[in-house]
Parts: sequence; structure tokens; C-alpha cells
Amino acid sequence: MAEEQKVALVTGASRGIGRSIAERLAADGFIVVGTATSDNGAQAISSYLQAAGNSGCGMTLDVSSDDSVSAVLKSLTEQYSAPLVLVNNAGITRDNLLMRMKADEWSDVIDTNLNSLYRVSKACLRGMTKARWGRIVNITSVVGSMGNMGQSNYAASKAGAEGFTRALARELGSRAVTVNSVAPGFIDTDMTRELSDEQRDLMLGQIPLGRLGQPEEIAALVGFLCSDVAGYITGETLHINGGMYMA
Amino acid sequence: MSSIEERVKKIVAEQLGVKEEEVQTEASFVEDLGADSLDTVELVMALEEEFETEIPDEEAEKITTVKLAIDYISENLA
Repeated sequence: MAEEQKVALVTGASRGIGRSIAERLAADGFIVVGTATSDNGAQAISSYLQAAGNSGCGMTLDVSSDDSVSAVLKSLTEQYSAPLVLVNNAGITRDNLLMRMKADEWSDVIDTNLNSLYRVSKACLRGMTKARWGRIVNITSVVGSMGNMGQSNYAASKAGAEGFTRALARELGSRAVTVNSVAPGFIDTDMTRELSDEQRDLMLGQIPLGRLGQPEEIAALVGFLCSDVAGYITGETLHINGGMYMA
Repeated sequence: MSSIEERVKKIVAEQLGVKEEEVQTEASFVEDLGADSLDTVELVMALEEEFETEIPDEEAEKITTVKLAIDYISENLA
């Protein structure tokens, strides 16, 4: 990138898919700001970005808090410049059968995974529309399309994010801002390591490629979507799941 | 220092990609200057930046012409 380096904001970047995405975007020449819910997490992000020679850093962000979002956006814009790439990756699960699901298990997931898109994306739009260039990538899940037992909250949040993606893509198209979703299947991260061996074997049986995906494989797709050459892809949900679900 | 009227017209011209002489005081952003809904939102944000003020959404919705923008800024920036 010969021109001034663009700033990419990646939420939930301390581990798993988010970390791989932050590292990918750093390698692609963006100044990367990664966020984590704890100061320790933010520190860890700063360390790996520094090790990669990136001038970005980690910041502590609670995507379920309006105040936290505006504070982080303010300080990162002052320190670097307004982010032109946003990867909404931060997400949680609170699995339970709906018949047993507590109200807060439902609302925590919706707030962190879906309402956060309203907060964080809105805070980044001004910079992107002004620049007449922007990339928003929402990390969703195959569960948003297929459903999964015990994940009605999570599936609702991810399917909601995909609808949000399509609507926002229509709003921002005239400003050359693209908005897409990437829907990973079964990826080798802490989130999937929590599953029992039985659940894991059952899942693997449904995947034609017969293995888990690697976070780097998701990151490569996100990196592509954030590049200049991907400028004609918008409003799309790209599935990456080893063939477990074919849309 | 330019007058509020000149500054408002300059911003309208920049934001909507029209010539400054086309920005007549009575012009409507949508009907005369070809703005779409996103243009009008961006225009208000640009005015907020230029005049270092915040225009509440309820007020922003009412600013549909160059004159209304000049009037709002003049009244609220005294």
C-alpha cells in the first residue's frame, strides 16, 4: 500500500478467529487495532501486533456498552485515524435448550453478538462515507443458516447479523463501502474446544472435508474481502465450512 | 472570515458535488440539488464539523433547504 496506511478495527481479537484476522490484516498492510474485553487481553493483542511490526495496538472494549464503544472510537481515531475497515468478530455463546434458557442467556447473546453491530458499525460509518471507501465484515456462523440444538439465541443473533449486512450494504453502496458476512463452520478455536468428544465426532461426520477449519483459513477470506480487488462484493454471506452446509 | 451563508453554501456544494453558484439560498437539497437520504445525513454531519456544533436528529430532519441550514446555524451559534 503506497498511500497512507488504513486503520482496521477488529473486535474480539485476543484469540481464535479474531486474532488470526488481526494478524492477516497486519500482514496485508493495515494498521490494526484489536479489541478485547479485558486489559490483559488488550495487552496480549498489543504484544502480538508489535511482534509483527505493526504500529497498531490492543484496546479494551465492551461491545455491549455504548460508552465503551464511543470512548474506544474516540481514542483510536485520535491516536491513528478513523477506521476504514471494521471486522465485527466479538461474540459469545450461552447455549441452552430454549425450554431451559434464562432471559439473560438470551439477551446477553443478542446484545453482544447483534446489538453490538448497531453500536460499533454506526460509530465507524462517518469515516468510511467521508473517505468514499470502507469495508465492514461481520463474522457470523453456519449456525445462523442451519440452526443448532441449544443455540436458538446464537443462531438468532447470527442470522440477524446477516440481515443487517444486506440492509447496510444497500445503504452504503453509493459510497463504495462494502458490507459482507463471513459464516464459519466448525473451526478449531477455544469456542469449539468446549464441545464434548461425542459432539465433536458427530460434527466431523457431517463435514465432507473431514476436519475442522483453521482460524487462518477464515482470516484469509476476510483479508480478501477487505482488499481493493474485492470491491464489487457486497451484501453477501460467504460460507466457509468444509462443505458441512452448502447454500 | 466568511459569513455563515458563504460557509454553508460552500459545504453544500462540496457535499452534493454541485457548483457553488447552483447553491441558491432557496434551493432544496433533495428537489433542487439532487441529494438522496444519505447525502442529507452526511451534509448535516459536515455542517456539524464546520461549525463545531451538534445538531439533534429532530432538528436535522427539518433542515431541508439551504436557507433552513443557514437559519439554524445563525440562530444556534450566536
